[in-house]
Amino acid sequence: MVWHVSVYVTLKPSVQDPQGATVQRALNQMGYQSVQGVRMGKFTELEFDGKLSEAEVKKQADEICDKLLANPNIESYRFTMEKK
Amino acid sequence: MRFAVTVFPGSNCDHDCEYVIRDVMGQQVEMVWHKETDLRNPDCVVVPGGFSYGDYLRTGAIARFSPVMKSVADFAAKGGLVIGICNGFQILCEAGLLPGVLIRNKSLQFICKNIYIKVEQTDTPFTNACKPGQVLKIPIAHGEGNYFIDPEGLKKITGNGQVVVRYCDEKGNVTPQANPNGSLDGIAGVCNLRRNVFGLMPHPDRSGEDVLGSHDGQYIWKSILGAKVGAA
Amino acid sequence: MTSSITDVEITPKVVQEHGLKPDEYDRICKILGRKPNITELGLYSVMWSEHCGYKHSRALLKTLPTKGPKVLQGPGENAGIMDIGEGWAVAFKVESHNHPSAIEPYQGAATGVGGILRDIFTMGARPIASLNSLRFGPLADPKVKRLFSGVVRGIADYGNCMGIPTVAGEVVFDESYTENCLVNAMSVGLVRYEHIIKGRASGVGNPVIYIGATTGRDGIHGATFASTEITDESTEKRSAVQVADPFMEKLLMEATLELIHDDLLVGIQDMGAAGLTCSTCEMASRGGAGIEIDVAKVPQREKGMTPYEILLSESQERMLLVAKPDCEQKVHEILAKWDLHAATIGFVTDTGRMVVKENGKVVADVPADSLTEAPVYHPAKSEPDILKKHREFDEAAVPVPSHPQEVLEKLLSDPTLASKRWVYRQYDHMVRSNTLVRPGSDAAVIRVKGTPLGLAMTIDGLGSYCALDPYEGAKTVVAEAARNIACSGAEPIGMTDCLNFGSPEKPEVYYYFDRVIAGLGDACRAFHIPITGGNVSLYNENPSGAIDPTPIVGMIGLFTDVSTAVTQWFKDEGDLIYLLGDIGDSIGGSRYLQVVHGKKTGLCPKLNMEMEHKLHQALKAMADGRLLRSAHDCSDGGFAVALAESCVTGWTHEAKTHGAKVELPGQGRVDGRLFGEAQSRTIISCKPVLGAQIEALAGKFGVPCAKIGQVGGDALLIGGEINAPVARLADLFFTSIEKLMA
Repeated sequence: MVWHVSVYVTLKPSVQDPQGATVQRALNQMGYQSVQGVRMGKFTELEFDGKLSEAEVKKQADEICDKLLANPNIESYRFTMEKK
Repeated sequence: MRFAVTVFPGSNCDHDCEYVIRDVMGQQVEMVWHKETDLRNPDCVVVPGGFSYGDYLRTGAIARFSPVMKSVADFAAKGGLVIGICNGFQILCEAGLLPGVLIRNKSLQFICKNIYIKVEQTDTPFTNACKPGQVLKIPIAHGEGNYFIDPEGLKKITGNGQVVVRYCDEKGNVTPQANPNGSLDGIAGVCNLRRNVFGLMPHPDRSGEDVLGSHDGQYIWKSILGAKVGAA
Repeated sequence: MTSSITDVEITPKVVQEHGLKPDEYDRICKILGRKPNITELGLYSVMWSEHCGYKHSRALLKTLPTKGPKVLQGPGENAGIMDIGEGWAVAFKVESHNHPSAIEPYQGAATGVGGILRDIFTMGARPIASLNSLRFGPLADPKVKRLFSGVVRGIADYGNCMGIPTVAGEVVFDESYTENCLVNAMSVGLVRYEHIIKGRASGVGNPVIYIGATTGRDGIHGATFASTEITDESTEKRSAVQVADPFMEKLLMEATLELIHDDLLVGIQDMGAAGLTCSTCEMASRGGAGIEIDVAKVPQREKGMTPYEILLSESQERMLLVAKPDCEQKVHEILAKWDLHAATIGFVTDTGRMVVKENGKVVADVPADSLTEAPVYHPAKSEPDILKKHREFDEAAVPVPSHPQEVLEKLLSDPTLASKRWVYRQYDHMVRSNTLVRPGSDAAVIRVKGTPLGLAMTIDGLGSYCALDPYEGAKTVVAEAARNIACSGAEPIGMTDCLNFGSPEKPEVYYYFDRVIAGLGDACRAFHIPITGGNVSLYNENPSGAIDPTPIVGMIGLFTDVSTAVTQWFKDEGDLIYLLGDIGDSIGGSRYLQVVHGKKTGLCPKLNMEMEHKLHQALKAMADGRLLRSAHDCSDGGFAVALAESCVTGWTHEAKTHGAKVELPGQGRVDGRLFGEAQSRTIISCKPVLGAQIEALAGKFGVPCAKIGQVGGDALLIGGEINAPVARLADLFFTSIEKLMA
């Protein structure tokens, strides 16, 4: 058994997302007028040893996000966990 | 000969293409804004390098939907000559005018330097002024120039002689050390089956004069001029 | 609740939180004849911060030479401008982005590049080249590696996307910058005389138009943030860093240049530090006018923003412009072509006041001048005790190494001295097809298409010298920059500087600041090089104390015929090698003393400005006469390192290296002659038949000139001291940073 952790890193809501804004403009110009917002982020899959407890995995994943995957100055993150 | 250089928001080698075509090669050149659909009757369309739409999402992904690209595709379908350089190559791949895709360099870094390419196909309108196996010194400047295609596609383009240029060393050996970005089989540029659309990562627009470090880019431009004469 | 921020009561605590001192607050009350509201307090807070107001530096900056026959625009505008002939002028400036880069290296460095580029194109100039000067702690530290790699990537991605070549720079790794890295970015642009435009508002009723990205809550109080020390809490000041959008900037640049070329504008100004506040009051103040704007008309990214937030936001990639009468429609058409947001947010008045409304209701009303005229301070200064210790350092007690070759190899691998190939290969340095001399020579050279003209450019800093002797150190920075230009064959014509120091409120730091400015000024006067603008970055402090005083100098050189440009590497077997200048034998302040003996002390080399100036003139005359095959500044790392560089650096340009056999001139300590850093020296090479002309020209200018050897072979031989295979030297020099970063 392995813990599968799916991490989503996105820019904080108050931070400008130029990439998302550009994609939105392009979609609108292509005729998808109803698209009112695009925010882009990064997706990462982590695999942990299945022997770890849920709490331990969560703690480590939090640390990993804080230290490396996200820059807390501009980004926030969330993750989902699944053992399979 | 009349060239049209497409200009997307974020194109930045458009000036270099204009300069080398007009001032170095002495040809006519028209700049065509991406919102325009009239290419103004060119003999050859150049899709220049740069960062169209900031390279956001995927290189070339947004630019391929610009109005002008429809005209470029129609022009190509009628047999018109189209060359895509760097970001232009990426756009042509995204638009399906050329096979394959360009992904991030193996080093994950942008690389700007002079490299060497070996001309493997000389029966294209873009390389007919080269000798078979000729080595050209041409600069690259890209972060996503790592050519990739699935095994089936690779077999096809190799078999059809669509791999026009490969990265090599100074002496023309295609080796892993001479491959700057991890491109599959050292592929630096490919053409379509009909051989009228060509894309390459290296910049013939920046290597038209010795003062810039190399004039080897002129072989590509001279080939295009020669192709016109041949067709006439 | 944020919505009620306009009603905030102004308590001493609120004043303090805005970084204003009690007497500064009193001054504001006196100017207004009443108490400011919170929005007005915010305006003064950012405009009177060190970053915008230069309150601790302005008095000294005024002593710098800023005039000269070629100066078209001196300090006080977005960038300085100098005449280069043929109807062309060059705009250039350097600016710091140290604090944001320390917090978020990638975005901090990228937005720094964006800011300086806007300064150039808002003068009507098309940016043609960028340079940068970086300082980090020792590279072995994993934290430093991340910082270094993030900063380089940020600079690269921004400049590459904009299509502006990054052609030169320097990087120093030193403990002094471990907790406070320096990121100084410089940009150079070209403008036809008739297209020069300024950041000023005039013509009552002319529309004030906002263009570019939308305004969000990011970066509020960035300017005040840049004027305080980095502490652990500043990592909490999260909103001060913004995400760069080079694509938006590219559109802004093209649109701006089109507006200017079509003659539709009265004035234009970048919204950088202090955002809308700064651009509005500076344009009004420079134009001797007033401006009235309505913040409700400002395109906003977030809901419910207060006037305070809109005025102080430092969202990137925005500009403010004043259109000519009846041109508003045309302006909007061009902006629409580039898919840019544009909004007319106000108009020019003749009241001299900056009036801000929100949906017609006045929320701020202050004299525009009063914001741009921050108080001027003359802080206390006192000489640090450590300087005396440096002066008393006994060189004779330092042992002379028995294997100089090992020393040379160690120095060539030192990340500060080693090739920065790992860095500049990430920068597109060729785009625009004008780069004649690419990174890796003393100065980069850019041609001006359609003319015989060319520009040489370099950026230099010598924090370690300035830490030992701020006056001599500062003179030497100017001399080295000018020498780099002269080695490339150009005439140094103008300079921009970025002064990176610790807290000016510390008397020791202010002593350094004072002496450095004196040194910069004296050197510029001696070489007839005006300073046309720059930037001051104070409060660069580590938890353990201030950074080394680090003036960074960006210099521009002019070629009337760019085909005379010279590079630093040897060209051909048999060419003669000369040393111009005296070899010297002191090791004080040298990189050698620091790297090999672990001592950052001693007297840094004394600069003889008259001799230095003669050397520049001699080099220029030799280049003009097309006598030189190569010329290389002999400075950090000394004689041996400079020779090794001339042997190996052709590799990245011509795929060729060369050996050389030279004698070791002079007398005294061998390590001092090989690795000491005496100033006013250059190693040149020439075809054998031209030797006599070289000697005659050197004699004419009174520059010492010694024939020391010849180019040739596969090894570098220096006297009986060094016999090193060039391939090995090249490998050490080019790969040491790459190996550390792998």
